[in-house]
Amino acid sequence: MKANIIIRLKKNILDPQGKAVHHALSDMQFGDVEEVRIGRFVEMVFNHNNREQAEEETRKICDKLLANPIMEVYDYTIED
Amino acid sequence: MKTAVIIFPGSNCDHDIYYAFKKVLGAQTDFIWHKESNLSSYDLVVLPGGFSYGDYLRSGAIARFSPVMKEVVKHAEKGGYVVGICNGFQILTESHLLPGALHKNVHRKFVCRDVYLRVENNRSVFTGLCREREVLSIPIAHGDGNYYCDEDTLRELEENAQILFRYSNEKGETDRRFNPNGSVANIAGVINKSGNVLGMMPHPERRVESLLKHDDGLKILKSLVNGISGN
Repeated sequence: MKANIIIRLKKNILDPQGKAVHHALSDMQFGDVEEVRIGRFVEMVFNHNNREQAEEETRKICDKLLANPIMEVYDYTIED
Repeated sequence: MKTAVIIFPGSNCDHDIYYAFKKVLGAQTDFIWHKESNLSSYDLVVLPGGFSYGDYLRSGAIARFSPVMKEVVKHAEKGGYVVGICNGFQILTESHLLPGALHKNVHRKFVCRDVYLRVENNRSVFTGLCREREVLSIPIAHGDGNYYCDEDTLRELEENAQILFRYSNEKGETDRRFNPNGSVANIAGVINKSGNVLGMMPHPERRVESLLKHDDGLKILKSLVNGISGN
């Protein structure tokens, strides 16, 4: 099984990286881009095919290590 | 008094804090590699500044799972003293020994310069030698020093006098102009509720001898030595 995880900064947290990219896009004449937010993408490959176990472990791993719940949120999908 | 200075892969202020405690203050001080698992003979544990694990994932996020951290948590829960400076502060928030989190500086720059700090609470073991509202000049050197916590946590920190230092000017005024990184409420250092764990972004160990401009950092480290030794 494989977990695809996206970690994002919470909406109310300022994202300096996103802001810097947004400035660059304005300089590149992409004036219609209103906002840029940058997160992290993590791929995690399990050595088994138990979807339930993969899902439970993904949640635990995100809560404990991959995301900081004070300032981040995460989403994931599990694929075969 | 016995001090343990923990070394993580990527720590780089370990020798400075060791020098401050051992050579300047004459305290018994040992380096402890992060793989070790016994801190029972130490009164004070210091998590030094640096870039543990290259700041991968988030600053301090991986160091939090180093074997020694279980012992640091145990030490803190028993009432033992813990100080985290800069990266050490980030590790302490990631370990939930201190509230809040530290993220990227608001202006996206690494800042390395002297700042002024106002002592908000001089009744702690870390600030016993400071005057009320004393202004200290201590350097910062960080890219991820922007302290964040939600409003409820901030209220709690204020009610319990857990905010120990705020960024200010030399007169002790703490408005946003004197905030070097975007921290909520100009917070530069906080303690836990029980008052035995301190995290701060500025580096007191870099101001311990008057030869290096001034020795304001010594006030904090000396307060701690005196407090622990019962002087």
